[in-house]
Amino acid sequence: MDPIWIVLIVLVVVAAGIVFIYNGLIQRRNVVDEAWNQISVQLKRRHDLIPNLVNAVKGYMDFEQETLTRVIEARGAAVSAQQAGPAGAAQSAQAENFLTGALRQLFALVENYPDLKANQNVLQLQEELTTTENQIGFSRQHYNSTVRDFNTSIQTFPSVLIAGMFGFAARDYFQIEEADAEVPTVNLRDEPPQAAPPAAPPQT
Amino acid sequence: MTASPAPTTFFREIARNRRNSWILIFVVALVLAALGGAIGGATGYGWGGVVLALVVAFFMSIGSYFAGDKLVLLSSGAKEVPQAQPPDEYRQLLNVVTEMSLASGLPMPKVYVINDSAPNAFATGRDPKHASVAVTTGLLEKVDREQLQGVIGHELSHVGNYDIRFALLVGVLVGSIALLADWFLRFTFWGGGRRGGGDRDRGGGGAALILFALALVLAIVAPLIGRLVQLAVSRSRESLADVSAVELTRNPVGLARALRTIADDAEVLEVANRATQHLYIVNPIKSFENRSKSMWDTHPPIAERIAVLRGLAGQFGQDATTIE
Repeated sequence: MDPIWIVLIVLVVVAAGIVFIYNGLIQRRNVVDEAWNQISVQLKRRHDLIPNLVNAVKGYMDFEQETLTRVIEARGAAVSAQQAGPAGAAQSAQAENFLTGALRQLFALVENYPDLKANQNVLQLQEELTTTENQIGFSRQHYNSTVRDFNTSIQTFPSVLIAGMFGFAARDYFQIEEADAEVPTVNLRDEPPQAAPPAAPPQT
Repeated sequence: MTASPAPTTFFREIARNRRNSWILIFVVALVLAALGGAIGGATGYGWGGVVLALVVAFFMSIGSYFAGDKLVLLSSGAKEVPQAQPPDEYRQLLNVVTEMSLASGLPMPKVYVINDSAPNAFATGRDPKHASVAVTTGLLEKVDREQLQGVIGHELSHVGNYDIRFALLVGVLVGSIALLADWFLRFTFWGGGRRGGGDRDRGGGGAALILFALALVLAIVAPLIGRLVQLAVSRSRESLADVSAVELTRNPVGLARALRTIADDAEVLEVANRATQHLYIVNPIKSFENRSKSMWDTHPPIAERIAVLRGLAGQFGQDATTIE
């Protein structure tokens, strides 16, 4: 065979390989972005559930106004932090963590009210909040899996060459800072973290 | 009770199971090639026989690929849970399936409930976009939230690992072996002898005879080997689903407790039979479960499955001694 044909065949194969690898990197990177958005979706879901919860319990828990108010304020802070977008990711995580603590305290208090414990509405909301917590956690977990997958692709041979050529950069894992990893056993007399001036508690 | 295996990471376990199942597929393909070659040589039809067998086996399986899930759901009396306005008693089930769907990145499957007091579950569907997960009412009553999460994680892992497709691939190969062997044995004993006889007379001699004998032996033995390997593949994919569930839930104890509860339950799942046994998380045919460590089992023995999960518990800071 003419050497020119061999060269051409090799070039075609290499080009096809580059296209294949490049497309794979793009797909993985898009999966990462989508997984990140999923987290925000779950967080918003939780924010939306909380007013319902507060309304359901407020009639029973007259003596716990302060607790309820703290939950609402913590929610407000979390919503504001989320609106800051990816730039405020660390603060958002912290605000969400605090909100988790506040909710746990609230449900601990619910244990003291037998009427409330048996209330179908409250039980359902409890399940909804449990599943929302889980969904937030799993969204973050999945996000980290996609980041791992993507980072591995751009670091291993031969995709590392293509990655370098087209400027694919490694993505960061979602990490909760060491201090925040301990969900605070919140004394609800504490001030929630101020990411932005908290919205005034809605008139309940 | 077997001792726990050395603690290992689930990534390694997943890789090991995947590797094993592909090695087994390779073995089946080799058996098919050997059988096809021997028969082809002995009869003079060459590779035509193998190709024909593959094509026929493929078409026989294609129906099951596209409609198999509907058939299985129908025959088990499964009722779909409406996801828009779910009845209160199935809200938690849907929530758990949503959680696992988020953890795996797979689309939300259809969810079905089977009215039977025996706890069990299965997943079906040709790919993640057409997947269904079914649980029995018995399961919902007898396990708690974290056990349910483990079971759903296992089932969704079957979907994510494309195990239905995998089983189809193995099924086509094994089916081809069975067809080819069957045709050859009929050909030998009930007709077509003229062609073979003619060749032998023309001085093919000893070699042709040996080839023929080889083909005969393989035709008897190969379908058996194929079936055994098929069962080994099924066991391997079940182990893979167990460990993949751990990748999703990060909670090996939850699934281990679920397996224990399901296996210990004395009730018999009425809708299950030999044709569908391989689909369920725990083999619903109780006599098979009790004869553990059998190469005729579609699932690994419960004790072994729990032992693997216990081995992973350490990685997640869980106490493995809580499970039997």
